Amino acid sequence: MDSFCDLAALAAAIPDGATVAVPSAPFGVAMAATRELVRRPARGLRLVCVPTSSIQADALIGAGCVAAIETSAVSIGEYGTGPRFAAAAREGSVRILDATCPAIHAAIQAGMKGLPFIPLRGLLGSDLVAHRPDWKVIDNPFAPGDPVVVLPALRPDVALFHAPRADRHGNVFIGRSRDLVNMAQAARATAVTVEEVVDDDLLQDPERAGAVIPALYVERIALAPRGAWPLGLPGRYAPDDAALGRYAQAARTREGFASWLAAWLAAAPAAERT
Amino acid sequence: MSASKTEILIGAIARLLEGSRSVVIGNQSPIPGSAALVARALAGGALRVTILGSRRHTDFTNGGVETFDRAAQGRVDVFFLGGGQIDGAANINLVGAGEYPRVDVRWPGSFGSAYLYFVVPRVILFREEHTPRVFVRKVDFVSAPGTSPPGVYRPGGPWKLLTGLGLLAFDQARRRFALESVHPGHTVEEIVANTGFEFDCPARVPTTPEPDPRVLALIRGPIRDEIAETYPKFAAAL
Repeated sequence: MDSFCDLAALAAAIPDGATVAVPSAPFGVAMAATRELVRRPARGLRLVCVPTSSIQADALIGAGCVAAIETSAVSIGEYGTGPRFAAAAREGSVRILDATCPAIHAAIQAGMKGLPFIPLRGLLGSDLVAHRPDWKVIDNPFAPGDPVVVLPALRPDVALFHAPRADRHGNVFIGRSRDLVNMAQAARATAVTVEEVVDDDLLQDPERAGAVIPALYVERIALAPRGAWPLGLPGRYAPDDAALGRYAQAARTREGFASWLAAWLAAAPAAERT
Repeated sequence: MSASKTEILIGAIARLLEGSRSVVIGNQSPIPGSAALVARALAGGALRVTILGSRRHTDFTNGGVETFDRAAQGRVDVFFLGGGQIDGAANINLVGAGEYPRVDVRWPGSFGSAYLYFVVPRVILFREEHTPRVFVRKVDFVSAPGTSPPGVYRPGGPWKLLTGLGLLAFDQARRRFALESVHPGHTVEEIVANTGFEFDCPARVPTTPEPDPRVLALIRGPIRDEIAETYPKFAAAL
């Protein structure tokens, strides 16, 4: 299938300035592909974190690849706030659209349904709404006197994630990480890295087909064993806590981040197999 | 051996969960997670415990979105929220200290708080650090408001506030906290001195009970092993 390519070509299919939807850790974060975006280097990306991000968004921000980020959090797990994200907030160098998890999920679901907007409970009185002019409050048309927040649909240019496997037809197995299905359907194009490519047709097995994203949504697939490292992949490998801790420590300063970045870019993909 | 500070908190939360049918534990919450597993054991299994980040204790099959869908339908009785700042009206701030957006100190973000605070009937605010920098007169940024005006759909909201020093209850109508108990080794004066907002205080404040021997045996035995799947470092220190 012509959707198969190498990591550099997959990253090249995500143009500068693109709106890129990425999943939360540990549900298939495409870190090996992220490194190729940094290596290029990509510029002006508009990240949509579905609904939060970890080292992926933080490293992309630190490397100067990001113009704007919509997220409900950037956290390196138990190591706390993403340090480069926090620095960007202080400096005002990246446009931050603070959200809340179900709002991003709902806007993605509106995108996959082709809806213009979607209502969501809660939110009223939160400063999130005050700082999001794109979020509106309407009166429930079916029961007046009931204010409801409405959110514009999200149609990202690209959904980028990592999955356990693809078959040679380009179908991608995602297990129960169902948010990836919504992201792929909402996005105009989907780029996926996988641990392995298998010969059998994933859609022909009725017992597993429900956990598969059909090839029609998937434009690019690249092989990337341990491609979520240092984050984990459910059922395959756990997050590398020591590596995440080293990142969180190094990224506290601009200089520390720069040396971490140099080492990360120099690491051959083979290093991720250890 | 008497109970540790952590065990007193686990015991206190387990008591709060008595009679609940369903509790969801967010990420990075080992103490509420342990308490939920204790409460489930005490209830003979009649408490559905979901621990996000755990494979063994998560029955969601529709992704992260299902947490919120389930809560919206009233299928979650109790959830835990924290905050970098919490004020006397139970407003919580998970975004940062200082003037938004260029805050002086940036925290990860609001996560699901701006939604779950509205739809989960009993939200327990849990923050171990009890200092004036956390418990402020007014939060710098409202991730989620403690109360809402009439007419706003809000079946849920703040119920209790548990800290490293004591347990407070929130009165929705009066928009105020009241001190319920002080943990062993601490005093009312210490809580007043470390709280940046006013709260009600009865003439005599009881001491938070220590977990009884059965609960302690659970924490130090099966629960430690169960929580280790999600929080290995925490379990090792129990």
